[in-house]
Amino acid sequence: MQDNLTYTFSSKLKTLSFILMAIGAISIGISFATNPDQTWANLMHNNFYFLTIALGGLFFYAVQYAAEVGWSVYIIRIPLAMSQYLWISGVIMLILFFAAGHHIWHWTHHELVMETLPDGKPNPDYDEILAGKSAYLNVPFFLIRMVAYFVIWYGFAVLLRKHAMKEDLTGAIEHHNRSRKLSIIFLVLFAVTSSTSAWDFVMSIDSHWFSTLYGWYTFSGIFVSSLGVIALIMVYLRSQGYLHHLNENHFHDVGKFIFAFSIFWTYLWFAQFMLIWYANLPEEVTYFMERQDYYKTLFVTNFLVNFILPFVVLMTRDAKRKLRLLAILGSVIFIGHWIDTYLMVVPGIMHEKGTIGVLEIGTTIGFIGMFIFTVFTALTKLSLLPQKHPMLQESEHFIL
Amino acid sequence: MTKQLHGIFNDDEVLLNAIKELKSKGIKCTNAYSPFPVHGLDGALGLKRTRISIASFLYGATGTCLALLMMWYMNIWDWPMDIGGKPSWNLYKNIPAFIPITFEFTVLCAAHGMVITFYLRSRLLPGVTPNVIHDRMHDDHFVLTVEGKVSDETAIRESLKQVGAVEIRS
Repeated sequence: MQDNLTYTFSSKLKTLSFILMAIGAISIGISFATNPDQTWANLMHNNFYFLTIALGGLFFYAVQYAAEVGWSVYIIRIPLAMSQYLWISGVIMLILFFAAGHHIWHWTHHELVMETLPDGKPNPDYDEILAGKSAYLNVPFFLIRMVAYFVIWYGFAVLLRKHAMKEDLTGAIEHHNRSRKLSIIFLVLFAVTSSTSAWDFVMSIDSHWFSTLYGWYTFSGIFVSSLGVIALIMVYLRSQGYLHHLNENHFHDVGKFIFAFSIFWTYLWFAQFMLIWYANLPEEVTYFMERQDYYKTLFVTNFLVNFILPFVVLMTRDAKRKLRLLAILGSVIFIGHWIDTYLMVVPGIMHEKGTIGVLEIGTTIGFIGMFIFTVFTALTKLSLLPQKHPMLQESEHFIL
Repeated sequence: MTKQLHGIFNDDEVLLNAIKELKSKGIKCTNAYSPFPVHGLDGALGLKRTRISIASFLYGATGTCLALLMMWYMNIWDWPMDIGGKPSWNLYKNIPAFIPITFEFTVLCAAHGMVITFYLRSRLLPGVTPNVIHDRMHDDHFVLTVEGKVSDETAIRESLKQVGAVEIRS
């Protein structure tokens, strides 16, 4: 069968994405009117979650090029399209910082880190821990880092896309080699920025707390949630009559990735939890006490959905090779890591007052609409199949 | 009466084609020995998928249960331990402390069980003389075992030669 090489954004999906965005806007509006504190937390939660998905897509793309991977050539344009969402995350993150910085990030309160008040008296609100961290966690440096992250990430997303486009036009091998070089540089930068951005955006919400494992833990979430979304988009495109050449061997590899990185996520989640649980140090356990006391259901669901389900369902070879199961699991991972990100972000901002309900889900639906619109628009701009890719044949004959 | 013959090949592509051709002639190919994994050989021979993964799961599950039972007996039942300053005295609450050992023991049981099972099934136990059909079958030659009626022996030998066997042993 002849493949449809260019994707056309069907008007049905486009309308759907606008409806989703409208639902999101209404939810955010109602939420602002009733509970503005929670709204900021929701926006931060969803913005960070979709940032991780887009960033994970870029990471996946870079890994495929750096390692000269053959099997993934058929799906390689999906993560590239996902990475084009990054600029939206950057804009929203900046808006959040200026509009609700004090509410989300406790350490931004300048008056907490001054030992003496302007009139020379000792400051009653002086916070020694935050003062100790203020060399790193201060507003100007934070802003510089925040802008730098998004410039680096989105810059690489745009550059890689440019080379992919030129490769489609000319077929010259130099664009492939250039993509590879860019990918390697990106991976080095990503190794640093994925950790530091996790500390900045999320860990610093719980300003007094710290965990040395946090960067890795966030990275595992980044990768597994974006793999889930890649699987979902893959299944959707396949059901719409694109990507005929994809066969069960490709699904098997994506399934193995999801399986492996779900376990990797669990490993890091558990390593972080167990050490803190075991040592029982007051300054560390507060983080988990808060989450266990006020968010017990979510805390347990998080573990079950993100570990037990993928582990049991994807264990056999046959399960990884079935398209429908992969689609179900992609949705499960999407929901599971939505909960995980909720637990990372919201309790630190709202403490015992965090809510989860229709408005929270509505906000997420809005973000889904925005994500669908951006990513599928990006998909239409490039050929769905990198036809001049040197390893296209290898992907076609890939057997596992 | 059936007769077993071994055709020796010196190329994996020739071997794969040979299996297809012999099968189309109605000659039964029962097994193949190769010094490295050959893509598509299982499919060509029509071998069933290995069940060692199921065995491995069972060994792993056994390991999980044994490890938890051991630690429950040692640290909860026989000599209750105050773990991490939390004197809760029950398995459900102390389980995070037991997970690393449980995990290690699961891996240990699954890995060793799988290796031992594989050796048993391949008859590679210590003291057993391995059945080496050809000296170079672990180096650069491939062996294909075919089965047929005794009366057809000459025809089978002829077909094996035709499809590229460099040598035939019985």
